[in-house]
Amino acid sequence: MSAYLKIDHIDKSFERGGVATHVLADITLTIDKGEFVSIIGHSGCGKSTLLNLVAGLTPVTAGAILLEGREVNEPGPERAVVFQNHSLLPWLSVYENVNLAVSKVFAGRKSRAERHDWVMHNLDLVQMAHAGDKRPAEISGGMKQRVGIARALAMEPKILLLDEPFGALDALTRAHLQDAVMDIHARLGNTMIMITHDVDEAVLLSDRIVMMTNGPAAHIGEVLEVPIPRPRDRIALASDRSYLRCRQAVLKFLYERHRFVEAAE
Amino acid sequence: MTATARKAPIEAVGRPAEPGKVVPLGRAPASRFDAGRTAASLARNVIPPVIVLLVLLAVWQVSCSGPGASLPPPSQIWTDSYDLIAYPFFEYGSQDIGLAWRVLISLERVGIGFGLAAVVGVAIGALIGQSVWAMRGLDPIFQILRTVPPLAWLPLSLAAFQDSNPSAIFVIFITSIWPVIINTAVGVRNIPEDYRNVARVLRLNQLEFFLRIMLPAAAPYIFTGLRIGIGLSWLAIVAAEMLTGGVGIGFFIWDAWNSSRLPDIIVALVYIGVTGFVLDKLVALLGRVVARTSAAA
Ligand SMILES: Nc1ncnc2c1ncn2[C@@H]1O[C@H](COP(=O)(O)OP(=O)(O)O)[C@@H](O)[C@H]1O
Ligand SMILES: [Mg+2]
Repeated sequence: MSAYLKIDHIDKSFERGGVATHVLADITLTIDKGEFVSIIGHSGCGKSTLLNLVAGLTPVTAGAILLEGREVNEPGPERAVVFQNHSLLPWLSVYENVNLAVSKVFAGRKSRAERHDWVMHNLDLVQMAHAGDKRPAEISGGMKQRVGIARALAMEPKILLLDEPFGALDALTRAHLQDAVMDIHARLGNTMIMITHDVDEAVLLSDRIVMMTNGPAAHIGEVLEVPIPRPRDRIALASDRSYLRCRQAVLKFLYERHRFVEAAE
Repeated sequence: MTATARKAPIEAVGRPAEPGKVVPLGRAPASRFDAGRTAASLARNVIPPVIVLLVLLAVWQVSCSGPGASLPPPSQIWTDSYDLIAYPFFEYGSQDIGLAWRVLISLERVGIGFGLAAVVGVAIGALIGQSVWAMRGLDPIFQILRTVPPLAWLPLSLAAFQDSNPSAIFVIFITSIWPVIINTAVGVRNIPEDYRNVARVLRLNQLEFFLRIMLPAAAPYIFTGLRIGIGLSWLAIVAAEMLTGGVGIGFFIWDAWNSSRLPDIIVALVYIGVTGFVLDKLVALLGRVVARTSAAA
């Protein structure tokens, strides 16, 4: 069986003023269709860089990324991104933000009425259908992130890329959004890659957790399977044996074996 | 009691919205309150300048009433130029028309010259802002050209167009285009990387990117440039008309000077000042309306 997404011996360096920074070294990872994979690692290790490579927003230095056997070399709606700071366009309403994506991606494939229904359907998925007329500035941070997710889902992506989607939110809002994402994943079976630095979030949501070593030249230190059956319930999990074991494994990796040394920056 | 009872459901539904954004219930009392506030702010903004104006006129009247005064006092302007003040729209002949007509003729030139500068300036600015190297190479040149006084362009312009009307329009164009280009380019440079990434993921084409992302994102900068540009246009047209002739307000001043009609000149200056003020406020208002509909904060 060939992998849905194949990240094959990737290297990434940035060149600036003749000085090259080696950010990612020899990353290899395969992801199956419908899988939820988290990437966890200390700040600055290259998680966003890796996600941007998969998105096609940055070119790889060496190696290749294959989605369904086809090489990724430019961004496109089949690899939709939920950006860390939502990046909704402030001059468009919530509805228009999603509609911009829908009318571009489904131009010629859906009628106007179908496109409208599709926008509303996706806003509904994230429980934001009631706020279609609001501007991003008029809704809370959590709501913006929901709309960002709706916009990405509305592109009907093969793979959904989330870059610390809940990083800027308070704990309660974050929990709500994690539940929303789990629910969507269960209903639609999307393939998702999520970057996070929150251990509980990673364990709760993922099928596998990819742990990255510190940079420069970060690589995959360890990949952890999360053998917890779905649907998962955060309250029941709090005392679940395998949940605690996974959580401990990630914590050990991050804080014992790959401690973040501030001075190394 | 009733007030809190009415308030409760609003807060429950629209928690994140600011209080002012909850329109339905708040509107009626707000508008009544606004009327009072508008009157107060009108008084605040109108009474001080009127008082200062009256004082200045009085000082002027006193100081220019002596026999050796070189400038006419306000009372003499009122009597000598009564026609111009009281009848802005008279038409006695093709060369003898009210000052409002003259202002409109000048404004038409400004409209053409500045309109072209706005369109071309935004287009060039958008192109330059897209490229770091174009920006680095062209910005110093534009910064220099920007400081060339309007009238310095006139001889070149006359040589190129061989006719006064297109020359005057060209002077307006070339004077007002620089701030539009520079500000648009800076605005485009400052478009957040995130918006560009959104466009790239959606595979927006150049035109879609320009219309859907670039223009609205750079709108605040563009309008700053347009506002500076319209001010320069108005400076330029009055100066250019003094030299190229025609029936605009600028030439009227030159004509009045040649026939020693000082009071007429002073009336024309007031027309020019008020028109420039209104133009500036119009562009600023347009900018605010666009900013509000685009909410580019
Ligand atoms: N465009 C770029 N040019 C140069 N260096 C970059 C660029 N983007 C990221 N980097 C560097 O790559 C490293 C990893 O960054 P990033 O992927 O954003 O980390 P993370 O998301 O894990 O916090 C950082 O040291 C950063 O300075
Ligand atoms: Mg990051």
